[in-house]
Amino acid sequence: MTTSVAEWHQRATTGNRRAVGRLLSLVERGGSEADAITDLTFNTLNNAPVIGITGAPGSGKSTLTGALVSLLASQGLKPAVLAVDPSSPLTGGAILGDRIRMDDRVYAATHNSDQSTHPFIRSMATRGHAGGLALAVPAAIRVFDVAGFSPIIIETVGIGQVEVDVAAVADTTMVVVTPEGGDSVQANKSGLLEVADVFVVNKADRPGADQTKRDLDLMLDLSHVSGHDEIVGWRPTILMTQATAADDDESQITGVWSAIQTHQEHLTQSGQLAVRRRERLRAEVRSRVEQSLLADLTGVLPAVDSPELDGTHSPLALARRVTDRFRSPGSPQSK
Amino acid sequence: MSDASAPDTTVRHRVILAKLGLDGHDRGIRVVARILRDAGMEVIYLGLRQTTDSIVAAAEEEDVDAIGLSMHNAGHMTLAPDMLAALEAAELSIPLIVGGIVPDEDLQPLLDRGVACVLGPGASAEEVANSVRSAIAGAR
Repeated sequence: MTTSVAEWHQRATTGNRRAVGRLLSLVERGGSEADAITDLTFNTLNNAPVIGITGAPGSGKSTLTGALVSLLASQGLKPAVLAVDPSSPLTGGAILGDRIRMDDRVYAATHNSDQSTHPFIRSMATRGHAGGLALAVPAAIRVFDVAGFSPIIIETVGIGQVEVDVAAVADTTMVVVTPEGGDSVQANKSGLLEVADVFVVNKADRPGADQTKRDLDLMLDLSHVSGHDEIVGWRPTILMTQATAADDDESQITGVWSAIQTHQEHLTQSGQLAVRRRERLRAEVRSRVEQSLLADLTGVLPAVDSPELDGTHSPLALARRVTDRFRSPGSPQSK
Repeated sequence: MSDASAPDTTVRHRVILAKLGLDGHDRGIRVVARILRDAGMEVIYLGLRQTTDSIVAAAEEEDVDAIGLSMHNAGHMTLAPDMLAALEAAELSIPLIVGGIVPDEDLQPLLDRGVACVLGPGASAEEVANSVRSAIAGAR
């Protein structure tokens, strides 16, 4: 007796955690079941806020996320976390260890409470293919959304364009940096910093934390000069935290949450929220189109033993042949 | 143009690794985590001081195919059946694998209670990976 996608979906919308877990596995795998889930979830969205948290490995993202989630749960909210970690490029396996930085606090905060109100934490491996993640993450956000979770937090390692893109599709993106993150030159060349709505300088007890904050401020001053601030109408907030001490000093985490909320109010009032959600939808459409075209492309490329690859034709000429073949005669995009 | 996105046809086993209760010896379980990762599995590493409740919650949320418990505190005859009972109470049919220090005379009783397999300190990387695979296959 196998349970159908529609049945899992039905159970998930009534808050069944195992059904949510199963739907997440299915959207991660892709294919027709994942597509069916997208159709089922898309029309019943609650449009919960989506928060991206990103930063270098070891910057304290997970510890901070755990502290934030506990705070939200103690306030009666029902947050969900999607923690994305890299797969091994060699074996495809992964060690997903974000939960160990979150669980202790989360379970301490919600101990003895009704299990249905617990935050939901899900680990997702990148599985080596960028396109898959670009489809799986928005689909997972929708699963959390229809199951009534809010806010939805996406935690990714801020290395590689894909991870940055994933964090950047959030309504509010928080970038976690540490005092060891390098000087202001590093701050300017890293694309990661450009997607931030809120900065957190974590491990603020370490030497150099004030300098890191000053470097970020200087970088933001230059964004101001270039007119970037005026376009989005928001200058990113910079906060200092020591996430491991959150139990002793809750004010740091409440500060982080209030900075996120201030940004969300700005998004709503300025109309930027609608713009971001349109951008998010567009990015997903683009990923789907790319995936679909890529799948078709494999049949069109010349085989390795093809005479075309005898070295007498330039890559440019061969590529033109392929694209000409791909754009079949008569179709609107062919010339 | 095909409408459906291409499914990931590779089977990615998802496995929880945890230590239940008061047992601080986590060198072995870290090695096992690495072995399973290198065997192409996704390891959800819960680490030290877990409870049956926290493992059940993680198993539901992470939709795992197997649970591995590392035991070096001689509590296996109590803790493994506790874990099995918790899984049964939650109506989760996920194979439970025990690794660590288990005296020979306890092996069969553990298997009789429903533990899928027991791995000792002498198990090779290949044995570990294969045992997890066959435990998952047996549960299907």
